[in-house]
Amino acid sequence: MNKGQTMHRVAVALTLIAVALIAALPALSDNYLLRLGTMGAMYAILALSWNIIGGFAGYPSFSTAAFFGLGAYSGAILQGAGLPMPLAWVAAGLIAMAFATLLGLAILHLKGHYFAIASLVVAEVLLEITTSWTSLTGGGMGLNLPIIRISIDAQARLFFWSMLAIAVMALGMNYWVSRHRLGFGLMCIRQNEDAASMVGINTTLYKVTAFALSAVLVGAAGALYASWVFYIEPPDVFATLTSVKPIVMAMLGGAGTVLGPAIGAVLFLAMEELVWRNLLQIHAAALGLLIVALIFFLPGGLLGLVTGKRKRRVVAKKGETTSNSAVKGGAA
Amino acid sequence: MSPILELTNVTQRFGGLTAVDDVTLSVMPGEVVGLIGPNGAGKTTLVNVITGVYRGTGTIVFDGQRIEALKPYQISRLGVARTYQVVQPFPEMTALENVMAPATFAHAGVSLTTAREKAAEALDFVGLGAEKDKRASSLTLAGRKRLELAKSLAMEPKVLLLDEVNAGLNPAEIDVAVDLIRRIAARGVTIIIIEHLMKVVMNLCTRIVVLHHGAKIAEGAPDTVTSDPAVIEAYLGNRYAKRAAERAAAAAGGAHG
Ligand SMILES: Nc1ncnc2c1ncn2[C@@H]1O[C@H](COP(=O)(O)OP(=O)(O)OP(=O)(O)O)[C@@H](O)[C@H]1O
Ligand SMILES: [Mg+2]
Repeated sequence: MNKGQTMHRVAVALTLIAVALIAALPALSDNYLLRLGTMGAMYAILALSWNIIGGFAGYPSFSTAAFFGLGAYSGAILQGAGLPMPLAWVAAGLIAMAFATLLGLAILHLKGHYFAIASLVVAEVLLEITTSWTSLTGGGMGLNLPIIRISIDAQARLFFWSMLAIAVMALGMNYWVSRHRLGFGLMCIRQNEDAASMVGINTTLYKVTAFALSAVLVGAAGALYASWVFYIEPPDVFATLTSVKPIVMAMLGGAGTVLGPAIGAVLFLAMEELVWRNLLQIHAAALGLLIVALIFFLPGGLLGLVTGKRKRRVVAKKGETTSNSAVKGGAA
Repeated sequence: MSPILELTNVTQRFGGLTAVDDVTLSVMPGEVVGLIGPNGAGKTTLVNVITGVYRGTGTIVFDGQRIEALKPYQISRLGVARTYQVVQPFPEMTALENVMAPATFAHAGVSLTTAREKAAEALDFVGLGAEKDKRASSLTLAGRKRLELAKSLAMEPKVLLLDEVNAGLNPAEIDVAVDLIRRIAARGVTIIIIEHLMKVVMNLCTRIVVLHHGAKIAEGAPDTVTSDPAVIEAYLGNRYAKRAAERAAAAAGGAHG
């Protein structure tokens, strides 16, 4: 067994242990911690999902808020219509996925800034539609969800574990993509799309698949969020920050790596709680500074820093570590 | 025997510019065809039309199948590979990973493990075996040109389009590259080579096609084409013609003495 394989097994083992420990959080019976854990899992879902299209394929998507809001409203409306809660979450994920497939066919031929802006506009459009379609969505008044007949504590645990389960799925999805030809193809697309199609990659199919995968769990998380908070309104679930934060988290941990976005999500949440809670006025400024610092000083994310050192290379370009780990992993 | 590649009245326009002008061309299996012409003659554009990057007018038949409406990935999967005039590596990947990409995606159902073996083989073939773990962007120009070749070989093509694979190489590197192309042809791969160095063209090609302002102005055996006045006028220039004549005379004189 070579060193790469050993590292890989250690990483998998540590991840499983970490997940098990986090899953035991309700044992502390601290509601604040449990709420934080649910948020953290949700952030991890968003960041890991964005990673498929943004990290692997290199398409800077700002559609996370659109998928999240669409999922939240789909779940809320379906639950209101009597669909059992878990089924509503699944349906919301599928609806977000179908929406992303169509959206991807429409905008994934755009490159760089053009794609970014097109993807950003989508959430705004959905926000407008949701706000004006009062008969279905309650419009600006928002939407209440059906009451669940279990104790508050049981609810907190239920939502935490459900969110964590989706986060684990998101992690598994990234792991699978990174070792599958899909991930390899997306990496080629990120580095040189013309050359990618010339070596036989169906770039449209790969990009649309990546976009759909980046939406499905976000949609489900949106629905779960709606059930969790009992009340949603358009500006809350279609907030632009919901698109921006996952990108920052993924970059913080290492875009295009499997674990990076999850680690980034936890760090981001910690910063949000520890620092920004106390500096509410400069919240936006702090976020902006973090983004600038990331782009200039940590282009490979924290994981890039660690693995880059191990390989004794200067990390100059983002994604370096992925190309190696993903392909090596494929043969392991 | 039927042609492996057949172009009929292929035209490609960019706005008012006709980059490829009504080209009809047929290539038999196993041929090594030289495609020459001045800068801007439309040689690269013709390659781009054949490989599906541009969709011109006219028909293109590859191996008995119409391909002019297909996408680049479909055409390359059928067995048409190309190298780029400006090398197009996946810069952040190693040489091996670069070649694994075509080995993985050019044919259905290839596992990453098989692709890795094929890629290593192709790299050995082009003489890059020792540098397989280097990042593509850190290879020398000659190395990156050979990487392009290895990538196209890993697709196991029937037709290989080489766009100035020798540009920027020194004479020693060119000799290596020419030998390499000869060995690829010996494997039975049909080759269309775009090349400005006449020495290489004369050395390798069984037939030459000359483009000028997008149109085919001459076609035939190397000696016939290079002594064609229209070709000398449009591309080779009188200096080349004079030197070629001198060389021929010297060779004839040598034979007598
Ligand atoms: N995408 C494009 N859009 C507009 N014009 C183009 C495009 N591609 C090529 N051209 C023009 O078409 C003509 C033919 O270009 P092409 O690159 O095919 O020439 P070439 O024979 O390969 O030249 P060279 O020997 O310099 O490589 C040129 O005038 C070029 O400017
Ligand atoms: Mg050219």
